[in-house]
Amino acid sequence: MRHLVSVLVQDNPGVLQRVAGLIARRGFNIESLAVGRTHQPGLSRISLVVSGDDAVLEQVEKQLNRLIEVIKVTDHAEPHVERELALVKVSVAGIEERLEVKDIAEAFRARIVDVAKRSIIFELTGDSQKVSNFVEALRPYGLLEVMRTGAVGMSRGEQVLRVREKKAV
Amino acid sequence: MNGAAAILKALERQGVEVIFGHPGGTIMPTYDALYDSPIRHVLVRHEQGGVHAATGYARASGRVGVCMATSGPGALNLVTGLQDALMDSTPVVAITGNVPQHLIGTDAFQEADVVGITQPVTKHNYQVRNVNDIPRVIAEAFYIASTGRPGPVLIDFPKDVQLAEFTGSFEVEIDLPGYKPTYRGHPRQIERALEALKKAERPVLMVGGGAQHAAAEIFALAERSGIPVITTLMGLGAFPGTHPQCLGMPGMHGSVAANRAIHHADTILAIGLRFDDRVTGKISRFAPHAHTIIHVDIDPAEIGKLVRTHIPVVGDAKWVAGELAKGAQRMNIGKWWAQLEEWKTKHPFAWKPKPYLQSQEVIQAFWEATQGQAIVTSGVGQHQMFAAQFFKFDRPRSWINSGGLGTMGVGLPFAIGAALARPGELVIDFDGDGSFQMTLQELATLKKLNLNVKIVVLNNGFLGMVRQWQDLFHARRYSEVYLADSNPDFAKLAEAYGIKGLTLTDKAQLQEAVREVLAHPGPVLLEARVYHEEGVFPMIPAGGAAEDMIIENPREAVAGD
Repeated sequence: MRHLVSVLVQDNPGVLQRVAGLIARRGFNIESLAVGRTHQPGLSRISLVVSGDDAVLEQVEKQLNRLIEVIKVTDHAEPHVERELALVKVSVAGIEERLEVKDIAEAFRARIVDVAKRSIIFELTGDSQKVSNFVEALRPYGLLEVMRTGAVGMSRGEQVLRVREKKAV
Repeated sequence: MNGAAAILKALERQGVEVIFGHPGGTIMPTYDALYDSPIRHVLVRHEQGGVHAATGYARASGRVGVCMATSGPGALNLVTGLQDALMDSTPVVAITGNVPQHLIGTDAFQEADVVGITQPVTKHNYQVRNVNDIPRVIAEAFYIASTGRPGPVLIDFPKDVQLAEFTGSFEVEIDLPGYKPTYRGHPRQIERALEALKKAERPVLMVGGGAQHAAAEIFALAERSGIPVITTLMGLGAFPGTHPQCLGMPGMHGSVAANRAIHHADTILAIGLRFDDRVTGKISRFAPHAHTIIHVDIDPAEIGKLVRTHIPVVGDAKWVAGELAKGAQRMNIGKWWAQLEEWKTKHPFAWKPKPYLQSQEVIQAFWEATQGQAIVTSGVGQHQMFAAQFFKFDRPRSWINSGGLGTMGVGLPFAIGAALARPGELVIDFDGDGSFQMTLQELATLKKLNLNVKIVVLNNGFLGMVRQWQDLFHARRYSEVYLADSNPDFAKLAEAYGIKGLTLTDKAQLQEAVREVLAHPGPVLLEARVYHEEGVFPMIPAGGAAEDMIIENPREAVAGD
């Protein structure tokens, strides 16, 4: 089963290596990992997409919590928002193809961010399934490059993953 | 004051008495500062000896052991010892030098990515990049190493940080928002555990290395309830081995009584252990009749990792065992005890006497002669198992071995560390001819310190445990395990270092040799030339279960009688 896990960490040098290293050496399967700063100074947030049963997920959470720089871990089992950003460069040979590709992009609400003679770059956000579907829809036209950020997520409503301000470092 | 002096000052403030280390280029400023420091330094002959000695010191005392090394090769020689300390939850702080920051990442002389390499083998590690961070980082390192589930912490100091002018303060506050170990078990979980114990008909209490500091509470719990007690390899001594309620060690080379007790138990109370595969055997066949497993551990990640747990209690063994002891009631388990007594009496640890000298009798003789009043260390292999079986440990922190990692060569450096941690106590290192040769250069360290360490090299001329497996599982094809044709004369080797060396070959001289070893003040090495094809039994083959236990050596059952 696929799980989206958010990890709040102190953004010390090497923390990403610690998290990634732990995942690798404990043999957990991750689909993606995304990381970025939060609004709180000194804190970063990592999103992991992990596959495994409940026991595996429990171990992922517990092992992550053992890392000194990991402050909080949450498995987004509750209603949450999940988004992934992708840049997709597709080759377009002629006018007809260009129009077809644009139609597909419109259906997915992808934006054109670069147009060249023989290619277009689309920017798309959505959950991971939507991104995958978009990529597959464009495959017949000739994919030149695909860059996906991996999923990031956030619980809906009241539930908040953060540290009380005075605890922030 | 420069950074190096600040390092020593901060260590002093942590109460550090002794550092086990070896100098080199990038740690030289700190060695220079050491020249003026009241902290004692023990010069080991290899950095691995240093980290193991720090581990032995920590395990014998309960305090943090400290070791020090230079960059690159020096630091990398710590890796085995750090993983050893990690797996056996030992508080160690390792201090390493590194190349100056402007050279980091340039493949400089004696440069290695020590922080990257030691990340998986430490509980946490640091590289200090600002000289004024020294007091905070050292305070955090000691706090992390010694609290919660203890473990090793490495701090890497680039040379320029050691040389920079320190203008900071030693008054530091530890603020680790992601590190809050739970000491007090949840009262509701403790209540549930007590209720389960009340209903148990065939209970056992399993005690591990995480309860070495909780011996008094474990004792109170056991005596009050009358529960049978099993001590794991790491838990030996946390409950007295000679106590009538003690069933001994479980697992691969554990006692028949302990393994059968676990197999038939309906309720297992496990305190401070992690269900290592050497204890459980095949996990799906472990404790098949246990409807309730209560697991007490300070590390939540250990609970449910391998064994299904019905009542998890996250907390410190000392605190939780204390609460359980308070609430425990006398168990009405006479029938269960009758069964256990039968197993205990029928299958004690034993050996078949031979005309040759045997490891088991050597260990037993030392146990009898010392009345168990010694700290015992060992290497890894057959001699380690024999020591665990035949030396009865009645006191906590009296048995120091490499349980999780199984690191050959730890015996001598562990003994040096233990002897320094507990001056006035006798330390015996039961070692193997294979294990001993992995770190024997520390004889020089021992000679210099003139510690009361007795090394007993049980020389069977083989890598005995590997040979035993080849005997049982590889059709007796003894591949690369024969040492006898090139072993040194161990007594002469000791003498070469200025340490008294003795050789024992004759069974009849055993008592005399033991007396001579114990009577000699200071270090002694006794080489006991023992029967070369001894096997350790009982044995549960790897991946087996209690029912697969081989109680006696099958070779001897056929060939012997």
